[in-house]
Amino acid sequence: MLRLLSFALFLAIWWIAALFVGGAKLPSPPAVLNVIIAEAASGALFLHLGATLARVALAFVLAMSLGSAIGYLMGRVKLADRLGDPWLILLLNLPALVVIVLAYIWAGLTEAAAIAAIAINKLPTAVVTLREGTRALDRSLDEMASVFAMPRWRAFRHVVLPQLAPYIAASARSGLSLVWKIVLVAELLGRPNGVGFEIGVAFQLFDTPRLLAYSLTFAAVVLVIETALVQPFEARATRWRPRAA
Amino acid sequence: MRLEVEITGKTYSSAAGGTHEVLAPVKFALQSGEVGVLIGPSGCGKSTMLRIILGLDRDFDGHVARPPGARIGMVFQEPRLLPWRSVEQNVRLAAPDVTEAKLSELFKILELEAHRSHFPGELSLGLARRVALARAFAVEPDLLVLDEPLASLDDALAGRLRDEIATLVASRPVMTLLVTHSLDDAIRLGDRLFFLSPRPARIVQEVPISVPRDARGEAEIAAIRAGLALRIQAEQGDDRAGRDVL
Repeated sequence: MLRLLSFALFLAIWWIAALFVGGAKLPSPPAVLNVIIAEAASGALFLHLGATLARVALAFVLAMSLGSAIGYLMGRVKLADRLGDPWLILLLNLPALVVIVLAYIWAGLTEAAAIAAIAINKLPTAVVTLREGTRALDRSLDEMASVFAMPRWRAFRHVVLPQLAPYIAASARSGLSLVWKIVLVAELLGRPNGVGFEIGVAFQLFDTPRLLAYSLTFAAVVLVIETALVQPFEARATRWRPRAA
Repeated sequence: MRLEVEITGKTYSSAAGGTHEVLAPVKFALQSGEVGVLIGPSGCGKSTMLRIILGLDRDFDGHVARPPGARIGMVFQEPRLLPWRSVEQNVRLAAPDVTEAKLSELFKILELEAHRSHFPGELSLGLARRVALARAFAVEPDLLVLDEPLASLDDALAGRLRDEIATLVASRPVMTLLVTHSLDDAIRLGDRLFFLSPRPARIVQEVPISVPRDARGEAEIAAIRAGLALRIQAEQGDDRAGRDVL
């Protein structure tokens, strides 16, 4: 209820601002809605949204799984940590734009280059978060698992993974928002479809309604994924914690 | 089945540099069906010794022969339950082969029936300790190690749990190693008592108790206690270590 109210407030402010500024710079909500309906009717909206979502999903899964594995290894094995740390610092501080441009130059304007570039941008933050999570693992529970001769997989699943779950959730959350942002840049620079491409076109034509139509639908999709997937996972991972009074 | 422990020394390097001797040479053996009790002052190295015996710490001099394939049941000083798994899951994860009948029986003895689906965060310390006991017994261990399982419980509860441990130990042949501060627990549960010196720990005295556990009434226990006091007094000339626990 409160969320709905807050959303209504946002719409109201937008509408009033549109009245003051004028339709060319800030179109009113119905104008944007008309563009969304038109784009949806032609099918273009779904095509571009689908293309972007597919890239996000692929890059996200790639970066999360690889990053979690590397982070876990670096948290567990000192040698891996020492070897990997300089790489990590380099990757963490490399601007997204540099990675994307270099990927396109080296691998051509291809789908693989785009996804790899997006994944590389997300990878180091996943590594850092999971490394921290692994370092914080409770050794006394490891000892318990070892004394009771729990097989490796069972110990990993029931002893280690639940301890890492909050870190994975945090990393997924920040990672998703990072990937959303970078995927549009990659599309703008070198892809013939996707929300980023459409925004590039709208920018060249100064077509504000179109720009808002695409970015707002995209934001709505992000919101749905966040509430439908990420938050329930987090709630489930932490359901054993005694609730705050 | 037989557990043989022969530690010739254990040192560790502290963060400030310099090495510290934790264990002096220690040697003892434990038979199936026997309860050995390690008694010693705080910080004498008992927990270190347990970690070595359990195979958690391999950085020591000497030799520990656990029977090959022996199942270990352990009750740590703190319960060490998985907070994200229910009481029943905690037990089942450590003892996947436990039957429903056996589990029900254990939960009944330890009065945990009402708490099966609770998470450890919802339990009191006394209950959590009982879950840790249930877990250790559910694996039907060949070697049972209890590290101060009754510490920080009130006397009534500690007494009940002690009786439960005695019942469970009697129900199957198992080598049991109990670490405690309490001479009372040691006399009521032990078959052989090992008195340890302050750090670096060594065995000052080994005292067998010949009266069977189930025949130990209050009179027998008083007699054993008096006997121990005499022995320790006699030892006092060359070593006052055992006195710390009395």
